[in-house]
Amino acid sequence: MAIWLTKDSKVIVQGMTGSEGSKHTRRMLAAGTNVVGGTNPRKAGQTVDFDGRALPVFATVGDAMKETGADVTVIFVPPAFCRSAVMEAIDAEIPLAVVITEGIPVHDTAAFWAYNAGKGGRTRIIGPNCPGVASPGASNAGIIPADITGVGRIGLVSKSGTLTYQMMYELRDIGFSTCVGIGGDPVIGTTHIDALAAFQDDPETDAIVMIGEIGGDAEERAAEFIGANVTKPVVGYIAGFTAPPGKTMGHAGAIISGSAGTADAKKQALEAAGVKVGKTPTETANLMREIMRGA
Amino acid sequence: MDLYEYQGRELFERHGLPVLSGGVAETPDEARAIAERLGDRVVVKAQVKVGGRGKAGGVKLAGDADEAVARTADILGMDIKGHPVHRVMVTVTVDIVEEYYLSYLLDRANRTFLCIASVAGGMDIEQVAAETPERVAKIAIDANAGVDEAKAREIVEAAKFPADVADQIADIAVKLWRAFVAEDATLVEVNPLAKTAGGRVLCLDAKVTLDDNADFRHPDHEAMVDAGPVDPLERAAKEKDLNYVKLDGEVGIIGNGAGLVMSTLDVVAYAGERHGGVKPANFLDIGGGASAAVMANGLEIVLSDPSVRSVFVNVFGGITACDEVANGIVQALALLADRGETVTKPLVVRLDGNNAEAGRAILDGANNPLVQRVDTMDGAAERAAELAAAGE
Repeated sequence: MAIWLTKDSKVIVQGMTGSEGSKHTRRMLAAGTNVVGGTNPRKAGQTVDFDGRALPVFATVGDAMKETGADVTVIFVPPAFCRSAVMEAIDAEIPLAVVITEGIPVHDTAAFWAYNAGKGGRTRIIGPNCPGVASPGASNAGIIPADITGVGRIGLVSKSGTLTYQMMYELRDIGFSTCVGIGGDPVIGTTHIDALAAFQDDPETDAIVMIGEIGGDAEERAAEFIGANVTKPVVGYIAGFTAPPGKTMGHAGAIISGSAGTADAKKQALEAAGVKVGKTPTETANLMREIMRGA
Repeated sequence: MDLYEYQGRELFERHGLPVLSGGVAETPDEARAIAERLGDRVVVKAQVKVGGRGKAGGVKLAGDADEAVARTADILGMDIKGHPVHRVMVTVTVDIVEEYYLSYLLDRANRTFLCIASVAGGMDIEQVAAETPERVAKIAIDANAGVDEAKAREIVEAAKFPADVADQIADIAVKLWRAFVAEDATLVEVNPLAKTAGGRVLCLDAKVTLDDNADFRHPDHEAMVDAGPVDPLERAAKEKDLNYVKLDGEVGIIGNGAGLVMSTLDVVAYAGERHGGVKPANFLDIGGGASAAVMANGLEIVLSDPSVRSVFVNVFGGITACDEVANGIVQALALLADRGETVTKPLVVRLDGNNAEAGRAILDGANNPLVQRVDTMDGAAERAAELAAAGE
């Protein structure tokens, strides 16, 4: 069953006709995702051929949903147009919007987040600046290379794209129910906590890997949530122990400001909640392997 | 991007906020011109992006233009906590009777914006918040509704600003919000927001952080980018659009993806504990699609760092195929040789993921004596640290 994305999910791509959008639409189709179309108001009514599969282009997310029954949108439009693209998805009340685009101004993200909240939060937003969601063997919404791992019963939630892939690969022999990349921006739609809650409730997930990094206090809050609500085993990894304060490490959100946001503080919070925290990605994977073998 | 105080002051002024008259000077003569124009007692303030300049002697009063010249000469060239002073701001002085605090910032946890307001300004607001939380008001701001007259009144009430300054502060709160949004700032802070003996409320300091992601809609922000003495390697990397941060160790790091590179720094530092305490020399994320040219630029920057003794190239092929990365490394080394760069430092390369086998075969086939292949991240970090320790 996995979380949020299953084999029954019908996916559309906002920005499907652009270079990134078309490249990844092709990859998603190859991974078995049921991609049913895309949007581009200037190319509405046309179709785009993906290795013999003609996908329709719609003017709006609302049109696409009406015609195809789509329930997931993956957004690849350039940063300047993301705010309106996400708001369009929210207006259409699509259940899941995965925002891949990197470099969106934080005022725009805060605006579409507030817009969604004001309308009752009917759309789950994942991202922005994230690799997306992959439920191996079922569906893939975003840019996660699903073929590097197997189908299994571990849930994975991570701020970082390549660390997500690294962990999927390390544990490919055991496999994953769903892998969620939530993104490294200062404001993101879906948090570690949202994913932890969903994995806790998912009967097809037995244990959870949580990957965090320096900056903000999302991991500390996730630790508190785990302590109170998560009974499944959780293994954690935090990147950035040796990052100096005041230097942004690639992700806009990955910066230690003052005494807040250090890797040590996050590790301690997680361990206090009973989470085993690995020193390296490989050690973290091994902690999870022990749990799954013992289970 | 954090702005200097003078840039913040100018930005505030453009948005109609009440600031002190003044200007910025890079020489004592320029300071004289400003002091003469202001025609009164002035204050000369070092422009550095670090706190504590007052205690360090970076803020001085001057009774007239001659004194302004002398104080400017004293301050220019000072080193305040490692920040050399290249500019001073010269403004008129005012008699302050009360100091308040007002800011807007991003509230990451609640995915919204926050107004922080206090009647206890002028000092460390975090300390005030810790010791007397009732004196610091925090008001959530809806990103779309923003701060209008009514919201500004709510802020004034929540912070219990005195009635005689309520109108002025409400006006400032609205204008400060407009500046915050219009400039795509993630922080605008006024501390102190001061009431003068004459009853006026003025923004006496301006701390502004702008969102680099919004640069595309603010062509004017480029002029505010600090052209000052950043690290020469960081400057060279920026010119090549590389995401590079200079650190103080010996193992050069190149990887793909911010999280993996941060993780690589950690793994190398752990390995270094077993090898003479060597540490990562830099952060360099070459991103998803690592072409030969990007790899060459990255290698060139890392290898030109004199403190680097070995390089660890750590790539996980997700979307990127490892054979392309391997070709990139081989071509990059050839490219550097063509450019006349003699590479003598050892490279430890770890390729995993998509097409890793093909990538490894390419590296083996190239048979470059400087390139060592280790196929696990921890093992490769260990080897790179060992080589750095031995390469002294």
